[in-house]
Amino acid sequence: MSANTKSNWELLKNGMFGENTIFRMAISLCPSIAVTNGLKNGVALGVAVVFVQTMVNITVSLIRSFIHPKIRIPIFMLIIAGYVTIIDMLMSTYARPIYAQIGLYIQIIVAFASIFARAEVFASKNRLIPSAIDGLGMGIGFLLAMIVISFFRELLGKGELFGYSLISGNPLLIMILPAGGFLAVGLLMGFFNWVDMRFFGGKGASGV
Amino acid sequence: MAEAKTHELVVSVSPHVRGKETVGRIMWTVNLSLLPAFLMSVYYFGPRAVYVTGLCILTSVLFEHFYQVSLNKKTTIGDGSAFLTGLLLGLNLPASSPFYIPIIGSLVAVVITKLLFGGLGYNIFNPALIGRAFLLVSFPKLLTTWTEPTAKFIAMDAKTTATPLGILKEEGLVKLMEVFGTKAELYKSLFMGSTAGSLGETSAIALLVGAVLLLVRGYITWHIPVSFVATVGVLGWVFGGEGIFTGDPLIHILSGGLILGAFFMATDYVTGPSVRKGQLIYGIGCGAITMLIRLRFSRGRNVCYITDELFCPAYRQER
Repeated sequence: MSANTKSNWELLKNGMFGENTIFRMAISLCPSIAVTNGLKNGVALGVAVVFVQTMVNITVSLIRSFIHPKIRIPIFMLIIAGYVTIIDMLMSTYARPIYAQIGLYIQIIVAFASIFARAEVFASKNRLIPSAIDGLGMGIGFLLAMIVISFFRELLGKGELFGYSLISGNPLLIMILPAGGFLAVGLLMGFFNWVDMRFFGGKGASGV
Repeated sequence: MAEAKTHELVVSVSPHVRGKETVGRIMWTVNLSLLPAFLMSVYYFGPRAVYVTGLCILTSVLFEHFYQVSLNKKTTIGDGSAFLTGLLLGLNLPASSPFYIPIIGSLVAVVITKLLFGGLGYNIFNPALIGRAFLLVSFPKLLTTWTEPTAKFIAMDAKTTATPLGILKEEGLVKLMEVFGTKAELYKSLFMGSTAGSLGETSAIALLVGAVLLLVRGYITWHIPVSFVATVGVLGWVFGGEGIFTGDPLIHILSGGLILGAFFMATDYVTGPSVRKGQLIYGIGCGAITMLIRLRFSRGRNVCYITDELFCPAYRQER
């Protein structure tokens, strides 16, 4: 039970940059390739993850003293599945066109390593406010990564942003195909590692 | 390992005898051996051939230079490997490519495929091939618009047309015979290179002249090209026709970029196997995947080297 010693602002920043789900921890990479072929999809999934991550952290933190350690994992699973069902129903009602495209990935949020990991390593050991802020920061970090990746993929692959045409001519079709997703994630991860090492004296993500 | 086998690499204590061969020497010889194919492409496709190939080479060399200079590394453009990547890429493009195709292709080939993996010797795929594969997926229409070779130096009225393989696949052998007349005519066109296709791949004779130079100098061995070409021939004969054992092996061997691929790309030192037995298996694998793609799918041949290069570490183990 190591209690948190960081300030709230540090926690938020840690989730957004220091332990960014995709570019620093290199987890939850599946949706970062699957749904980032357009900004609209990327943002929608990112927002759903912000919601689930924050609510799961809050709930786990609130009931952490009632969970028996031996059955904590099924309990976390149930909590995550509950919130994913809520966002799934909400999106299928109020955002039908997007849901038609990324519905599967909304449901797959249940299996996101990042959400489960934060419930296990942070929310189950910390008080309500730090846990909520940690969840928010992690969620926003994921959202930012999705925005950056899908920005480049949609712009290069279709010449559009949010569906509005910006560049005419022949776009680089490969960028909206799965292969382009790997290229974009890899090159951006390399770029952010470079930024971290060059300007902040970091060691770069190990990808472990 | 109880006893040392004869073909194992044995390194003794110094002093060593130093050979005269360097990376630069080999690479520039390969460049030289592609000169006949380049000259043939200039003869058939006119100034466009010089423009496309030259732009590929120029941008490849520049990208390599600026990447290495900007990272405070020693520039390696002198060893001819970037030049070779540009040349191979250029010879694999259609004559009608607009200017941004060579530039994007060089960027992907040199920077992403080679330098980001650590430079020459560390790349897991042949740079020129990945460059072309990237372009083919990105601009499928532009990369399969073939210009009819005119053999006039000023080819202003270039017509677009299908490649012999394209006709064979879409409309069958009968239509191909209509276009070329007799079988002998068809073989002659394929051998000399007066058919539609990428710049450097159409002329089998020019490519073979260069390949002989490489074989004589000992820079490549016969294992990969021969097993590759033989596999394509056999499979073309067995499965290439209407019924079984009725296909025409020579069409499959001479058309497309097979000769260029077998002698100049599959034999790449970095990405191909270096053990003899592995080279034979590698050639057979390349040939089999080439024919699978030619007869059943629509994408070009370079997918097969890329797939085969993936298996390369396994071939190295084969002894």
